[in-house]
Amino acid sequence: MTVVDQPAGARPHLLASPSGTGEVDPPPDRVLMKGNEAIAEAAVAAGCDAYFGYPITPQAELLEWMARRMPEEGRVFVQAESELAAINMALGASAAGARVLVSSSSPGISLMAEAMSYMAGSRLPVVLVNVMRGGPGLGSIGAAQGDYLQATKGHGHGDYKVPVLAPSSISEAIDLVRDSFILAERYRTPVILLADGILGQAMEPVAPTFQRLEKSTPDWILEGAAGRPPRVLKSLHLQPEALEEHDLALQAVYERIAANEQRWAGEQLDDAEIVLVAYGTAARVARTAVERARAEGMPAGLFRPITLWPYPAQALRDAARGARAVLAVEMSAGQMVEDVRLALEGAVPVYHHGRMGGMVPSPDGVVDAMRQAWAMSQESGR
Amino acid sequence: MEVSTIIAGFGGQGILFAGKVLAEAALLEGREVLWIPSYGPEMRGGTASCTVIIADKLIGSPIVDRADHAVVLNPPSMAKYAPMVAVGGLLVVNTTLIEAEPGRGDIELLEVPCTALAKSAGDDKLVSVVALGALVGRRRFVEPETVHRALAIILGDRHADMITLDTAAFDAGYEAGLEQVIA
Repeated sequence: MTVVDQPAGARPHLLASPSGTGEVDPPPDRVLMKGNEAIAEAAVAAGCDAYFGYPITPQAELLEWMARRMPEEGRVFVQAESELAAINMALGASAAGARVLVSSSSPGISLMAEAMSYMAGSRLPVVLVNVMRGGPGLGSIGAAQGDYLQATKGHGHGDYKVPVLAPSSISEAIDLVRDSFILAERYRTPVILLADGILGQAMEPVAPTFQRLEKSTPDWILEGAAGRPPRVLKSLHLQPEALEEHDLALQAVYERIAANEQRWAGEQLDDAEIVLVAYGTAARVARTAVERARAEGMPAGLFRPITLWPYPAQALRDAARGARAVLAVEMSAGQMVEDVRLALEGAVPVYHHGRMGGMVPSPDGVVDAMRQAWAMSQESGR
Repeated sequence: MEVSTIIAGFGGQGILFAGKVLAEAALLEGREVLWIPSYGPEMRGGTASCTVIIADKLIGSPIVDRADHAVVLNPPSMAKYAPMVAVGGLLVVNTTLIEAEPGRGDIELLEVPCTALAKSAGDDKLVSVVALGALVGRRRFVEPETVHRALAIILGDRHADMITLDTAAFDAGYEAGLEQVIA
């Protein structure tokens, strides 16, 4: 292993991005919960009015939990006849002012792309949970992160984006469900919570910090027009001039989101010469790899984006300033690494280590990739 | 400190249950813990496994490539998981069903006739609980009393009639784990 002969220089200590919704001290009593169940209960607690879904592994327990809990709370649960039906029911419920959750896994999410575009165009809030599995096509039921580009670069057709939040633990997933609803309603937009099969299937202790969100009655919902002029929610604007005006308004919303809602976390970055970048389950593997690398004397650190869109590019630039190499670790062929390269603009050599199809990188596999990245960055004269 | 345990065998041997009991015990002791089942095609083929990671700090990888403990209850699990035990780790082998040797000398081997002991305790479906007892007896990374409490919690009111039987099965395995330390 190469011996580091030069300090990285002073860099800001990155612990975490500003919290969007405020910190809550965890109460002492913890319970073991499956990720799928914890996400579902967090949505119930947040005040989700209606859930629509269709079963698919590895997110089936989420739908099962909602099937039991939503009727208990006197709220709406529908197991639709298909994913298309589920997301279009969500569109209708959201237009009527309901707080709506939809969940599925990769192939089912693809089926929902058209209606997601309609909802973005009509500015309808919804939280869509994707518990990712291997692809393409029907793929496998193993955990994967091959839907990164789909989630962050559009999903459906047209000029739109949606905030994408990526938890890497079950307790973080609970917090991010609540944050997803906040973002969806604050900006009148669909929001994607991007998890994977391992986060869905694993159990971890969680502090029951489930919290109800206050809900106002927005002035755009369709609730009957008695005594006032009718409101219109639509994505169709046949006149190009009118559609461009509408699209410009959407872009202005995305600029506000990008300016205000970037989130990330960092570990052991202060003196890191090699910076791993990973989210979700891959970030958990990377954390263990960082520990093993440090035990061998390699000064490694981890940068973990929590919002995948907007991508915390400036924070990553700060984290990687002075590093010799950056290694993106993903459960994909290399999707997020494109955003890493865009963020760093060639300032630091960027490498990638990924597994696909439901296979997950091992900590030792990541450490090997770090050694290779290190060697290559030395050879390239840096 | 972080300790990883893989439990593997046939579907119906109570693999996921034993893992949940271990995870609950860790929770009761105020530790960090992560439990993950096999839910993939191997599960649909009739074999089952789960991984339990217990730590005193934030847990990293849910994927274990160097297991501190592996508990194997049938021959295919022996073949798959014996190579994954970390050097110096412990392999608990159910000798009622497994004749093969692990083929490595850099790990500790604990051979227990788990299925036979489970039958004596009252039901061969208790095999995973026996094996868990043997593991805790040998390595004591959670307290046996905590496992007793965890058993009662996981079985709950719905299976309260099983608590005595499961506790006896755990204790039988625990004794077997201890005896070989003395021997």
